[in-house]
Amino acid sequence: MKGMSTIVKTIANISFPIITIYGLYIIAHGHLTPGGGFQGGAIVASGLALIAVAHGSSWIESKIKEHDLSLFESLGALAFIGLAFFGIIFGGVFFSNFLVDTSMLFGNIPVGGAADINTGGTLPLMNFAVGLKVIVGLFAIVLVMALATHKKEDSS
Amino acid sequence: MIANIPYLAVAGLIIIGLYTILFKKNLIKMVIGITILESGVNLFLITLGYRLGSIAPIFTGNSEDALMSYPVPQALTLTSIVIGVAVLALMLSLIIHIYRHHGSLHVSKIGGDDQ
Amino acid sequence: MNRRNMLAAAFLTIVSVFLLLGMLLIHPFGSPTSQAMDQYIIDNTVEETGANNGVTSVVFDYRGFDTLGEATVLFTAVASVVMLFRRLKK
Repeated sequence: MKGMSTIVKTIANISFPIITIYGLYIIAHGHLTPGGGFQGGAIVASGLALIAVAHGSSWIESKIKEHDLSLFESLGALAFIGLAFFGIIFGGVFFSNFLVDTSMLFGNIPVGGAADINTGGTLPLMNFAVGLKVIVGLFAIVLVMALATHKKEDSS
Repeated sequence: MIANIPYLAVAGLIIIGLYTILFKKNLIKMVIGITILESGVNLFLITLGYRLGSIAPIFTGNSEDALMSYPVPQALTLTSIVIGVAVLALMLSLIIHIYRHHGSLHVSKIGGDDQ
Repeated sequence: MNRRNMLAAAFLTIVSVFLLLGMLLIHPFGSPTSQAMDQYIIDNTVEETGANNGVTSVVFDYRGFDTLGEATVLFTAVASVVMLFRRLKK
């Protein structure tokens, strides 16, 4: 399908970085404010779907093929399961939080009601893994369905 | 009875979704009915954990002994929403294939016997 | 109307009476019965997990196994949709 008019393309190009930064902020602060991996991933995938609709499926097909996206989705899933298995090595049980109350990466404990981004243990790392998985997965669904309406002579 | 209005809204949503699935003959309208039914069930899960006068279970900027809602039903609703999105994607892709094969979206033209 | 429509209408009436009676006799909105599990989670989530968000600590730490199942469902759905639209190389 063809893209939309020039006004729509310009406004989509302007709002795409704003939507992406807002979604990444919600993924990164998932352990302090409402949000997390699934919610922020849905926001960034909506921004990517905006670009795909505004520029048309012919332009998107010349930029990204869908078998490049499967690498990132598998990476996100493997990172999530890898963090769960590291819990067995360091903590003794599956999914144990082995980074809290240590002096390593995310190891503080918040006092009072203060918000410190250095807290949370393995929670921010799991947020990043699930967020990457949701972004790439939802965009792959949108991309594949947009490309299915593109060619007119394919057989079923 | 007037204090149970959220639960009556849940019952209304489920009844509307069931009516759309049972009585409409277009495939896309059936999918919309399934989505309305899932929204009603998610709303029911959230309203089970609310206490009167409570705030969200976030500790940033709030004191430690404020009255808070229960966090476990909210976590289960998150999982349910994501599963609903996955099932909706699969249903829509199957509808695209059915339309290419039969040429129509009406239930009576897609094969099978009708009584 | 034919037999199928009458059966569907009867089923819908039975289910809606069941639902409305259930929603009127449930406990009043805003006062659930006290749960020991939720109270323990609210009291101990800052010391044990180090997160300020109660819902995130339940999703990823206290009930992380359900999140693993949900990630598997999402992965399976994406793989199935991509597989359904694969165009064979001519």
